[in-house]
Amino acid sequence: MSRLDIHKTYKLYIGGKFPRTESGRYYAVKNKQGSLIANMCLASRKDFRNAVVIARKAQTSWGNASALNKGQILYRIAEMLESRKEQFIAELITQGEEAAKAKNEVDLAIDRLVYYAGWSDKYQQIFSAVNPVASSHFNFSNLEPVGVVAIVAPEEQSLLGLISMIAPAIVGGNSIIVLASESKPLTAISFAEVLNSSDVPAGVVNILTGKRAELTSQMASHMDVNTIVYCGKDAAVIKNINELASNNLKRTIFYKKNDWTSEESQSPYFIEKMQEVKTTWHPTEI
Amino acid sequence: MFPNLNNLPVYDTTGVNERVKRFCSRSIKKSSKVEGLKLAMSMIDLTTLEGKDTKGKVEQLCYKAMHPHDVLKDIPKVAAVCVYPSYVGVAKKALKGSNIQVASVATAFPSGQSNLEVKLNDTKFAVDQGADEIDMVISRGAFLAGDYQFVFDEIASIKEACGKAHLKVILETGELDTLDNVRKASEIAMYAGADFIKTSTGKIQPAATMQVTYVMLDAIKDFYLKTGKMIGMKPAGGISNSKLALQYLVMLNEVLGEKWMNKNYFRFGASSLLNDVLMQLVKAETGLYQSPNYFSKD
Repeated sequence: MSRLDIHKTYKLYIGGKFPRTESGRYYAVKNKQGSLIANMCLASRKDFRNAVVIARKAQTSWGNASALNKGQILYRIAEMLESRKEQFIAELITQGEEAAKAKNEVDLAIDRLVYYAGWSDKYQQIFSAVNPVASSHFNFSNLEPVGVVAIVAPEEQSLLGLISMIAPAIVGGNSIIVLASESKPLTAISFAEVLNSSDVPAGVVNILTGKRAELTSQMASHMDVNTIVYCGKDAAVIKNINELASNNLKRTIFYKKNDWTSEESQSPYFIEKMQEVKTTWHPTEI
Repeated sequence: MFPNLNNLPVYDTTGVNERVKRFCSRSIKKSSKVEGLKLAMSMIDLTTLEGKDTKGKVEQLCYKAMHPHDVLKDIPKVAAVCVYPSYVGVAKKALKGSNIQVASVATAFPSGQSNLEVKLNDTKFAVDQGADEIDMVISRGAFLAGDYQFVFDEIASIKEACGKAHLKVILETGELDTLDNVRKASEIAMYAGADFIKTSTGKIQPAATMQVTYVMLDAIKDFYLKTGKMIGMKPAGGISNSKLALQYLVMLNEVLGEKWMNKNYFRFGASSLLNDVLMQLVKAETGLYQSPNYFSKD
C-alpha cells in the first residue's frame, strides 16, 4: 500500500513556541525550477512587536547567566545540529544548494557554534581593561550585553549566515529577533527546532520568516530594540535604517559580504560589536 | 431588602465563553482606538496595594496619576488612586485640587477574615482620613457556606459606615468557583447597597476575567431594569494591556450601553495598564513601537 508523505508545516519561532503568524498570511517559497517547496509564514509587524516584548523579558536572566552556562548551551546547540546533519544538508539542497557545498555549509555551521561556545568565558578578558588614570581611582572597563538585538540575516548561505549572526549575539548575553533569509527560510525554522531542544531559554532567540521590505523599517524604528544588524548591500535600505535607528540611538551594524565560509567570518569582534562598555571609577587611597 | 435568589438566571460556561469571544473580535483601529484608549485611561483606578508600600511610593503614584505623560496633549487624568487605609491621608494631600478620587480598600482586605467591629472601624478610619471611595471585600467563607443573610447584613452595615463615600463591593470571583455564585453574590451586593461591584482583590488568581465580568454586567442590567438604579462595575487584577481594556469596553457597551461608558459607572483596577495605554497612544502619534524605558514607573 502506498502512503502519503507527511510534510512539515513551517511556522514562526517566538518565545520558545512555534506559533503561526497572527496575520494569517503566507508566502510561497520556490526552488530554481520554479516549483513550490514550502509555504512560509509571512510575519507581520505585530509578530515582530510581540517577539520584542518576549525577548525583552527573556534578556534579563539570560544576560545574568554564567559564562560557563552560556557556553555549555551553545555547545549543546552544536551537538543537536550534528545529530541532525543529514536533514539540514537535504534541506539546503532542496533550497537549491549543490550537495558538496551544502555539506560544507552544515559542517562550518556546527564548527562556528563550537567556536563561539569556546569564546563564552574568554571575550570579557580580551575586551575588558584596567585603565591608567591620573586621579586616585581604580578605573576599569568591562562589557555588558546591549540588550535586545534585531537581525536581518544574510539572504544567501541561509544556515551558516544565520548561525554566524545568532551565535555571537547570544553568547554575549543578548536576546534576539532574527528575520530569516526571505528566499531560503526552511533551514532557519528547522534550526529553531534545534534551539528548542538545546536548553536555550524561551524568548532568547526568536525567528521570523517574511519579507525584508515589510519588516526592516519596523526593526529599525522600534524604541525597545537596542541594536539592529542588517546583512545586505542595498544603500537605500541602509540609509533608511540609519535614519530610523536614530530615534532611540540604537546601534547599527551592517554586513555587506555574501560569503560566510571564510576564516574572517568568525572572530570575537562579532561578539564585541553587540556589547556596551561600562567603565567604573572606584576611589582608592592615594 | 434581601433579594430573591431562587429565580436567578443560570450561566452556561460554554455559552458565556462564546459570547465573550465575540466581544474580542471587534476591529478598533486608528482614531476610534485612540478615543477608546483615552476613555479607558480616564477609568483607571491607579492602584498600589502592597505590604511594602511607603509614603514615598504613594506620593509617586499620585504624581503619576496627575501627570501621566507631560508631552502627550489632550489626555485625561485617571479616575482614582487606590491605596490601603494607612496611606489615604498621604494620597488625599498629594492629590489636592486635582479632582482625582482617593479610593481605599477596607474591611480586613484582602481576606475579610475579621469581625464586623474591626471591619467597621477599618472603614470609618479610611473615611475619616478622607477616602472618597471604599473598596470592601465580602466574606467569601460565609457566602460559600450558604450564609447569604450574613454577607448581606455585613455589606449593609459597611454601606452605612461609609457615609458619603462610594462603596465598591469586591466579590473575589476567583474564590467563588462558579458563574452562578458570581451572579448570586452580585445580587446580594447590589441589593445591600453597593454603588459598584468589583471582581477581585488582585491577590487571588484568577483575578478579573471577561467571563465573570460579563456575568456581573448582566446582573447590573437586570438590577437596572427592575429598580431603575445604575450600579457601576470594576474589573480588577490582570488587565494589563490596552487591547484587553478595549475588549472590556466593547463588552460594556454591548451589554449595558452608552450610559455606562464613563468613569462614574466603570473602572479598571490596574497598575501597569496605564503605561501600556500611554505607550499605545504615543505609538499612534509617532508610528513607532515604544519602550517602557521612556515612561515613568508606576
